[in-house]
Amino acid sequence: MNAHALLTRLRGQIPLLVTAVLLVSMFSIGSVQYEGFFSGQVVLNLLIDNAFLLVVAVGMTFVILTGGIDLSVGAVVALSTMVSAWLVEEHGWSPFLVIPLVLLMGTAGGWVMGWIIHVFEIQPFIVTLAGMFLARGLCYTISVESISITDPTYTSMAQTRIPLGDLFVSPSALIALLVVAAGFVVLHYTKLGRNVYALGGSEQSALLMGLPVQRTKTTVYAISGFCSALGGVLLTFYMLSGYGLHAVGLELDAIAAVVIGGTLLTGGSGYLLGTLLGVLVLGLIQTVISFQGTLSSWWTRIVIGALLFVFIVLQRLITARRR
Amino acid sequence: MSTAAAATSPVKAVTRSRLFWPAVVLAVLLVANLAFTPDFFAVRLQGGHLYGSLIDILHFGAPLILVSLGMTLVIATGGIDLSVGSTVAISGALACLHISESSDPGSLGTVLTALGIALGTAVLLGTVNGLLVAKAGVQPIIATLILMVAGRGVAQLITDGQIITVTSDPYKMIGGGYWLTMPFAILLSALVVLATVLLTRSTALGLLLESVGGNPVASRLVGIRAMRLVALVYVFSALCAALAGLMVSSNVSAADGNNAGLWIELDAILAVVLGGTSLNGGRFSIGGTVLGALIIQTLSTTVYTIGIPPETTLVFKAFVVIVVCLIQSPAFRAKLAARGARTRRTTRSHAAAPTNREVGA
Repeated sequence: MNAHALLTRLRGQIPLLVTAVLLVSMFSIGSVQYEGFFSGQVVLNLLIDNAFLLVVAVGMTFVILTGGIDLSVGAVVALSTMVSAWLVEEHGWSPFLVIPLVLLMGTAGGWVMGWIIHVFEIQPFIVTLAGMFLARGLCYTISVESISITDPTYTSMAQTRIPLGDLFVSPSALIALLVVAAGFVVLHYTKLGRNVYALGGSEQSALLMGLPVQRTKTTVYAISGFCSALGGVLLTFYMLSGYGLHAVGLELDAIAAVVIGGTLLTGGSGYLLGTLLGVLVLGLIQTVISFQGTLSSWWTRIVIGALLFVFIVLQRLITARRR
Repeated sequence: MSTAAAATSPVKAVTRSRLFWPAVVLAVLLVANLAFTPDFFAVRLQGGHLYGSLIDILHFGAPLILVSLGMTLVIATGGIDLSVGSTVAISGALACLHISESSDPGSLGTVLTALGIALGTAVLLGTVNGLLVAKAGVQPIIATLILMVAGRGVAQLITDGQIITVTSDPYKMIGGGYWLTMPFAILLSALVVLATVLLTRSTALGLLLESVGGNPVASRLVGIRAMRLVALVYVFSALCAALAGLMVSSNVSAADGNNAGLWIELDAILAVVLGGTSLNGGRFSIGGTVLGALIIQTLSTTVYTIGIPPETTLVFKAFVVIVVCLIQSPAFRAKLAARGARTRRTTRSHAAAPTNREVGA
């Protein structure tokens, strides 16, 4: 590998490097500025509080890598919490039956959306927008009110703390990390992962190369549906309730996390671990704002928007130069 | 527009018109309402003001019509504007903040300044969107997503998370006032729609927009300044959204940074799609959009009067979006045509699909 090739390779990593630097500097500034910020538990709390976002963002990474987008994730998360709460509380189903059912439902929903997108050549965002309407609407047909959960399995999942020395994590955080690991392996070490990158690079080339474009596309949306449903299950553990207004705007956070994590929105380039960093950055923004105390919650939105802006412009600069 | 089509040749021209199906849907919805509320079509004059369900639909639908109007032109160029909801919130918040802080909230000067601030900010926001899309080449969904996320925060920042209430008669006029027996909001939105129709259809502007949406590269090669046009369209969309925001906040004499204009971008996209404007860009129908917006408003009204939980309209909307998009999809029509007896091959649309994608990438 000559110097030029190395340089081009490095250029693709710029967004990821920027994110890593951002994460470290935000944490350092926070540690200097606020008392009690510099602790392992603050880092672990990032994972605990954002476990569901992390899982959803992993699914979103797959979709965005193919050059698509999934706007239905927040609604599917809400529907999952709603269906779980409804079946467990009002129908007395066992959680061990409900959770697989919810996961299956999310996966099937994602698969259908992927199928429609591919077979009828409709833009992903409009199909998933319809999916978003449908899922949110279904929430309200179940109940307009919030349903709280008192089932012992759910409450124990919510309260269990797994000790790590002096520190602790929640089971949800571990599940989220497992999902990241599984996503990492699938994306970087399997045939499906290569197909995802190929599809995002150029759909026509992928088709001409004889890659299973339709199967890859439907699988990717099915993965996103599964991740959203799992995110919903984790959110149910976290909130102990099902509500049609849970996770409003989550799709934006997930997209932001993926973009900040260095995945190109045009598809074909990005890393799953970047998404993990992206989620941590979003979580850290919230943590800093809550530590600051005087800043109101809407600053989170503004800062996320500003970060998105910076990263998208950065992406454009990089891709423009590559051409 | 439909009347013009009808004049040229009778029945067939009417059914073939792009406005035919939206008009049928609207008519069916209105008639269905009659079954539940017998006096649905009644419009009465009371104290010099017109009242009635039909007037209400027009009145409450006016902001949506405005937002959808801007969205139509954006979609005609092959883009999309997700930030309109945030713009609605920001403009209402800015105007109300200015009026509530001024020493004389009732004076016309204060209100005009407030309008100036709100519309000026909208131009700024639209320019940012337009530059991101046209100059930086960011995909429209993503470019406007930034403002959608941050804008909501900005609106909350302006209102400090509270609801700002104002008492100002001139300001109340925009969304809640009456003029010539009609609600002023209806007249205002009709005026804007009319001006836009004249501007796009009596000049070459509409044609240029459609050409840019149909094939941006070819348009640039024939000498159309595509970049400037695209940027302008986003400014127009922001202006329409800001006007809608003023209407919404003026109607209730308050600005709510959290909820004003929430989800209006989805309703606007839906209205545009219902009206027969293709999401792929390249052609648009303002008349269709107005019908689409009225369909949505009638639907909401229907749901309230019949007593279904209003939130379930979302399920209905989801099915409408999917069905309309399927009908618009060349691939779907090709499959239907292949299955049916007609063997009119839609090779043209097949050939067009990949080129569109290349241009978009």
